[in-house]
Amino acid sequence: MEYSPPPFFKRGPSLLTRFTFFTVLSVVLLVSDARFSYLQVLRQAIATVVYPLQRLASLPSGLAARVGDFFVTQSQLQRENEQLRRQELLHTAQLQIQKALESENQHLRQLLAMRDRVPRDFIGAEILYSHRDPFTRRVVVDKGLQDGVRAGLAVIDDNGVVGQVTRVFPWASEVTLVTDKEQAVPIQAVRSGLRGVTFGIGYDGTLELRFMPVNADLQNGDLLVTSGIDGTYPAGLPVAVVSNIERNAAYAFARITCTPAAGVSSFGQVLIVSTSDKVRENPVPDDEPGPKSKRVKK
Amino acid sequence: MNLNWLLPPIGTKAPPQEILLPVKTRYIAVTLLMALVLDLLALPGVLQQIRPDFIALTLIYWVVYHPRRVGFLPAWTLGLIMDVADSSLFGQHALAYAVLMYLAILLYRRIVMFGMRQQIIHVLAILIASQFIMLGVRMMAGADFPGPLYFVPSLLGAALWPLLFNVIRIPLRPRADPDVV
Repeated sequence: MEYSPPPFFKRGPSLLTRFTFFTVLSVVLLVSDARFSYLQVLRQAIATVVYPLQRLASLPSGLAARVGDFFVTQSQLQRENEQLRRQELLHTAQLQIQKALESENQHLRQLLAMRDRVPRDFIGAEILYSHRDPFTRRVVVDKGLQDGVRAGLAVIDDNGVVGQVTRVFPWASEVTLVTDKEQAVPIQAVRSGLRGVTFGIGYDGTLELRFMPVNADLQNGDLLVTSGIDGTYPAGLPVAVVSNIERNAAYAFARITCTPAAGVSSFGQVLIVSTSDKVRENPVPDDEPGPKSKRVKK
Repeated sequence: MNLNWLLPPIGTKAPPQEILLPVKTRYIAVTLLMALVLDLLALPGVLQQIRPDFIALTLIYWVVYHPRRVGFLPAWTLGLIMDVADSSLFGQHALAYAVLMYLAILLYRRIVMFGMRQQIIHVLAILIASQFIMLGVRMMAGADFPGPLYFVPSLLGAALWPLLFNVIRIPLRPRADPDVV
């Protein structure tokens, strides 16, 4: 408009009017998103449009990693190869034992008339990038609705639990890390068998084990694994290692901080653990007498 | 609103007025798109946390030096896109950009009169204001203050202002010899 005659008479609504209009619109969106979680459809639509741009923007880091891979010395590769071979051999042996144990376990469970364990599938995924939002701890992985990922599934890596899928887009999904402030994982201490729940505190590399009595049987270095009672995380996956315990008799609970086991902040490959929905939705069969509490879907 | 008392004119001159080629709407769209890609760029570690908001900077540039070319609607839409890309609350960036546009339109007549040093201070104030809006929104929604690094993007963004000013203008400067195509 700089090079056209100045619009003396028609300049549209005043600045304050426009500002008020867009502010009110934003606030309406904010409230409907924060309070009622509407607008999922709109969010998905925008995400689908932005997806190519996001892939484009994550290219340079991928390229940098590939260039880094290119300049690996042969001796390094040989060493790694040898190490992997040794590991593979070890794992094969362990797998054979595990298969035998699994069949035995299944047999025993049948004998005891216990419910079968939930069968689980794994979807391999790659972390595309971590979120810029400084208020949450989230990463985006490259598998979405198209690959059968659903919100609520657990995400693990080779060292332990990474987090949980919280939002799914057609070709990507968002994983909230265990270190996020609103993320809780039910755990069990390996040494003492104590059950509890870890919470993220919103910083990298720290978890908190809340509501543990001052005299709880925990020590520095205790490994915490998933207890599996939530139906989301498979039992027995490493979650964290206890790093610091403050026992103060003046408070009801001990202050226990832990270090996550998985490489929560590093980029790499992860596995998304999927379960069959039927088992999760209705844990108590209809013919059995039991509490008829409705499970709250996460 | 009189902000004179905030910023006494220090002895630095405003950048000399250049005669620029007419700005095509397409060029504005391209710069905003590039700013969006820069904002989405995956960066390692702490760089991700301190990256300046290029969209905000670019919006301020267009409002200040080519007023009435970029309105509230594109800024607000870009805010929504950033909300989805960042998976922040829906409307958080949109609200922040609306405030940013309001302040920039309110101040652009003064900003062009100032030298670069004072312009940086103005830009810093606008960027910090928009970040405060986002912080307020998130803290009302129950988040914690994310730490002192939170305001570094604004500082870096303001520091980048002179650079952005020059880079955006490169395609707008007329060629030295008009006979050469």
